[in-house]
Amino acid sequence: MTPTAIVFLIGAVLIVWGGLVASILLLRARPERTDYPAGGEHDARDDAGPVERDT
Amino acid sequence: MTASRPNSPVSPPRELFTGQVGFILAAIGSAVGLGNIWRFPGVAYENGGGAFLIPYIVALLTAGIPILLLDYAIGHRFRGSAPTALRRLGGARAGRLMEGLGWFQVAIAFVIGLYYTVVIAWALSYFVFSFDLRWGDDPAGFFVGDYLRVSDPGLSLDFVPGVLIPLAVVWIATIVVLGLGVAKGIQRANVIFLPLLLVGFLALVIRALFLDGAAEGLNALFTPDFAALANPDVWIAAYSQIFFSLSIAFGIMITYSSYRRRRSNLTAPALVVAFANSSFEILAGIGVFATLGFFAVQQGVAVGDLEGLTGVALSFITFPAIVSEMPGGPIFGALFFGSLVMAGFTSLLSVLQVVSAGFQEKLGVSPRGAAATIGGISAVLSVLLFSTTSGLIALDTVDHYVNNIGIVASAVLMTVLVIGVLRRGAELRGHLSAVSTFAVGRAWTILVGVLAPAVLAYMLVTRVVALVTGGYEGYPSEYLTIVGWGSLLFIVVAAVVLSAIPWRRSPDDLAPWPSPAQLPSTPEASTR
Repeated sequence: MTPTAIVFLIGAVLIVWGGLVASILLLRARPERTDYPAGGEHDARDDAGPVERDT
Repeated sequence: MTASRPNSPVSPPRELFTGQVGFILAAIGSAVGLGNIWRFPGVAYENGGGAFLIPYIVALLTAGIPILLLDYAIGHRFRGSAPTALRRLGGARAGRLMEGLGWFQVAIAFVIGLYYTVVIAWALSYFVFSFDLRWGDDPAGFFVGDYLRVSDPGLSLDFVPGVLIPLAVVWIATIVVLGLGVAKGIQRANVIFLPLLLVGFLALVIRALFLDGAAEGLNALFTPDFAALANPDVWIAAYSQIFFSLSIAFGIMITYSSYRRRRSNLTAPALVVAFANSSFEILAGIGVFATLGFFAVQQGVAVGDLEGLTGVALSFITFPAIVSEMPGGPIFGALFFGSLVMAGFTSLLSVLQVVSAGFQEKLGVSPRGAAATIGGISAVLSVLLFSTTSGLIALDTVDHYVNNIGIVASAVLMTVLVIGVLRRGAELRGHLSAVSTFAVGRAWTILVGVLAPAVLAYMLVTRVVALVTGGYEGYPSEYLTIVGWGSLLFIVVAAVVLSAIPWRRSPDDLAPWPSPAQLPSTPEASTR
């Protein structure tokens, strides 16, 4: 490979794969907030889920 | 279900991904599709090589991730499929209009599902063909003649059994997975197939790097042509690649994010998904061009002189030819076509979940019922339209029109209506910031409200003009009118009709959380 192509290959890998590694590390360091606003604990009952019929 | 009255409709809890990792895997599985493998390498090569990385990263940061966050915010805050979530966003004033946009997105996904399955079926056939190099010495002739039996443009009912059987297999698998629901079906399929895809494709790339001529291929891909950066078309190509690759702005990410718990981090997972998608594209670029370098050396030509560097031609003509010349070719072919099947299948699931979720919520049917009904109707249409001798040309035409006009129009409408007309940028930005581990700045509103629609509108106008004045691929204009523009007309009519059907259960009683009072105050919010 030519030196220029090698530089751009390494640059692409560092920027894009580096971005992936950095964003995974960011997420692992703080997966969720610890200070959510009040509420939001009951996810589902007030949402329109698919209707089913009791038999 | 003992708490409800007998024979009364009850609403079970909304389906949810079991956790953050499950959602991220499903979202990556959706984003990483056929385009990552067969589109990105060729597009990068033709638009500046190594220099393409610059507009590509700019497009990722200024349009890809911002629109992805817009989808996440809409789906997560308004907790529904595209029609439900957009209707709730529109409220009393614009709910009907926005629901129509949601159904426009559902109809696009429906049409894409019809032919995306067909390409996966081809890849499944070629996975099997790899083991005995069934295409022989003439892969192009085999693909078009022996395998697809392509006839002139038109509407044929002459079915091709070699396509029909794998297509039926793909549809059955899809209906089963969708019928199992979000956690047990879609999430589980992604948890299985995404790691398999990564391992299989990594093996392929490593093998490719040790082929004679791999360095020539990588030189061709990564040597920069900086003059290309002065060409606006190169920048549009970068924005197009990012836009189509990330599965944004036609309902997929709205639907998926609606299946996350309310107390869920949105922004950091979006970065993981976006960078994982681009990482796979870079990996595909390395693998595909190392392989093309080998082929060029075998043929005694330069990489630039090779034909069929993208899309269907790359996968089903060029790659089989390479596999035939390669030591250990059958294994390499199986890895390549197996990767296409897995990447395509996980993306297909997300496309069809957009349709399934829309009907589940509007008509009050279960995931299983929606999968069977919608999957069944889609499978029949898919077989009728695309497993015949006219299937290849129909697929090529519908794909071109639906992608370049349908999806881009959907994106322009959504960004303009949500941010520009309904002025919900501050609320959605507040939502993202309130639930996520890092806040979204004001620049986000400008990117999704001004820059993205401007670039996308330019893309839309230039492509409409090109199709109106120049047609497509030299196909007869009557054919393009019926199949190409007709597909778009179908999508518009479907959106209007589906909007008019009454809801089984009103979707309008949702109280968004966090409430407006709980959202972080922003300068934009104070002016509303």
